[in-house]
Amino acid sequence: MNQEFTLTIFSENSIGLLNRITIIFTRRKINIDSLTVSESALKGIFKFTIVVDSTEQMAKNLVKQMEKQIDVIRAFYLTEDEILHQEIAMYKIETSSLLETNLIEGIIRRYNARILELTKEYTVIEKTGHKAETQELFEQLKPYGVLQFVRSGRVAITRLKKEHLSSYLENLEKEHRDPVTV
Amino acid sequence: MGTQTIEEKKVAQTETVNVTGSDALLLSLITEGASTIFGYPGGAIMPLYDKLMDYKDKLKHILTRHEQGAIHAAQGFARVTGKPGVCFATSGPGATNLITGIADAYMDSTPLVCITGQVFSALLGTDGFQETDVVGVTMPVTKWNYQVTKAEEIPEAIAKAFYIACSGRPGPVVIDVTKDAMMNKCDYSYKRCKYIRSYIPEPRVNNVQIEAAAKLINEAKKPLAVVGQGVILGNAEKELLDFVNKSGVAVATTLLGLSAIPNNHAQYTGTVGMHGNAGPNIKTNDCDLLIAIGMRFDDRVTGVVAKYAPQAKKIHFEIDKAEINKIIQVDAPVLGNVGETLAQILDYIQPKQYPEWLAEFKACDKVEYDRVIKEELHPADGKINMGEVIEVLNDSAKGDAIICTDVGQHQMFAMRYCNFNSTRTWVTSGGLGTMGFGLPAAMGAQFGCPDKKVVSISGDGGFQMTMQELGTIAYNKLPVKMIVLNNNFLGMVRQWQELFFEERYSNTPISSPDFVALAASYKIEGETVLDRSTLKDAIERMYNSEGAYILEIKVTAKGNVFPMVPAGASVSDILYGDENKK
Ligand SMILES: Cc1ncc(C[n+]2csc(CCOP(=O)(O)OP(=O)(O)O)c2C)c(N)n1
Repeated sequence: MNQEFTLTIFSENSIGLLNRITIIFTRRKINIDSLTVSESALKGIFKFTIVVDSTEQMAKNLVKQMEKQIDVIRAFYLTEDEILHQEIAMYKIETSSLLETNLIEGIIRRYNARILELTKEYTVIEKTGHKAETQELFEQLKPYGVLQFVRSGRVAITRLKKEHLSSYLENLEKEHRDPVTV
Repeated sequence: MGTQTIEEKKVAQTETVNVTGSDALLLSLITEGASTIFGYPGGAIMPLYDKLMDYKDKLKHILTRHEQGAIHAAQGFARVTGKPGVCFATSGPGATNLITGIADAYMDSTPLVCITGQVFSALLGTDGFQETDVVGVTMPVTKWNYQVTKAEEIPEAIAKAFYIACSGRPGPVVIDVTKDAMMNKCDYSYKRCKYIRSYIPEPRVNNVQIEAAAKLINEAKKPLAVVGQGVILGNAEKELLDFVNKSGVAVATTLLGLSAIPNNHAQYTGTVGMHGNAGPNIKTNDCDLLIAIGMRFDDRVTGVVAKYAPQAKKIHFEIDKAEINKIIQVDAPVLGNVGETLAQILDYIQPKQYPEWLAEFKACDKVEYDRVIKEELHPADGKINMGEVIEVLNDSAKGDAIICTDVGQHQMFAMRYCNFNSTRTWVTSGGLGTMGFGLPAAMGAQFGCPDKKVVSISGDGGFQMTMQELGTIAYNKLPVKMIVLNNNFLGMVRQWQELFFEERYSNTPISSPDFVALAASYKIEGETVLDRSTLKDAIERMYNSEGAYILEIKVTAKGNVFPMVPAGASVSDILYGDENKK
């Protein structure tokens, strides 16, 4: 049975690794629903957050294939209840339509969105939330004409106190006092 | 120390020296113990080739006739010696000509370090002359790859390359070096790589897993061990033998596991897989415990997965955790180097014997003999069969030669009928099934083991894919013995056409040159065998010849390899080939 999984991958900062990681998905014809990359709380270690729709067995195998990549330190697959996650969306509408009616202002308030920039021609609205929420706001704004719309990939954080990785790295360093080359 | 030359001082890294990137690269190779390089020069890699002349006494470079020949030779070298194969190629077409071999080595876990030249770093990404994105192109088929654009990166990149290629589950590594990185100067000193934070080559052995597996082994009534190449890669042949002897289990090997255990061992029951032996295939679906050791459940081994040993408990000894439950769900995974895990489990298992269980395999052997082998090896008349040739070769080789094959029917016959006494004497392309592999691999094997007899066995199709390497063999006076089994067909494909495509032989009849005359033009001796009455003497002449020798043997045009587990069938649904005759 397919289900949504959030995969988090911790890696060294190496050129080409993103390519190696996406190949794991493309080879198996698995679509990546969303992908973000950023430096983690640990200096020099990067974190990929990837959302896929797959079976649990496939998610397990994907994680093992990712950990097999030389520059990947650890990878995990997580379900909805193990993480907090957010996406950010931006909507551009004509300022005239904002001024014509006060309904839009009501929508912005109701959806806890905010106005990022307002010019004579256009207004940019921003909202963070789950995909369903940002999508709903899009639907609400649509009748007034959305000129541009963009949504980021998912960022996620586990409900654990520390990153999964920290204790792993601490143990690793204990075993191998010498860094990289000996 | 006083007598050290400057070169030796560099190699012994007694001091940091200022050298070109090319020097640094070659010194790094020497420090890693490389002695033989297979390659082909070209524009982007010329600075490295130039410097090769200064290290002639330590690094032997073998100029092949095609880069594919170079990489298959490096693979053959690695497979028989256990050391990493090294090859050089220039940018663009040189590098892309390596791809088949890299993919082959990736599938068959062969340690390789491939150095490719690359255009000047300033030209990268501009579609410069002979620029190919080698890192991009090789990414899906390498264990690791890296592009070097600065001379000073070279020693560390090479150190990592060797460490990664050889440790854990081995594999091919590509280091792409820009021309300016080869030409610029750098301070050279060398540190071997022994640890990379993000890479754990061997999972630590877990005693809980060992005990769980031992319990299953001790309780089993009908245990079958299937041995893969992992045992050879882990240098665990002795540990395997001890395990097999003490546990008393029935043993089979995969195509690549052949030679890990002598095939005259009393508990040895043959090979598994599509053209393997009836016994181990049928008994896979009858055993109560399947012990997979350093193998990866390839679909040519399992047949249809849903019907693969559903009745059996399964143990999987494996170094690569990504292989656990990838295809077959197992009850007891045992992670780690099989050399360690097999040694450790020995203390937990009870000595046992299973005479009745082994007798069941013998009964299957009898059926296989009556329905397939007898006719294959002892036909009343007609042209020579491929199996017969292997059987006669056994008389000369006595299980001691290194056998290298190409891909096709002859490969399956060699797998079925060759005898092996010692490990690393079987070199074949398994996972990728690369035609053209056999001859250059034999060449590399001969460089790796100059004192052993190396025999390559090819079909008339595959031989023509890389036969330009006759030039390399002749030039280097390599005593490789070449058998070409000529059926005037791309035999294996023809067999499938016969069985599954209504005998429509689309593009499988194939013509060949006069192989003996061709070899003669390279001053290589040889002869053609047409008739079984002359086969034995001809094989002996070939085997005992001083130098290289080619034996073209005209064989039955439409011979088939049986038994066969057709694709999509269960391993116990075996075709013996006589079904229609009954
Ligand atoms: C490079 C490559 N191309 C195509 C194939 C598909 N293929 C597998 S076996 C085979 C026929 C081999 O014929 P031959 O070399 O004459 O050997 P035989 O089967 O007759 O022993 C072919 C074409 C392959 N394995 N490798």
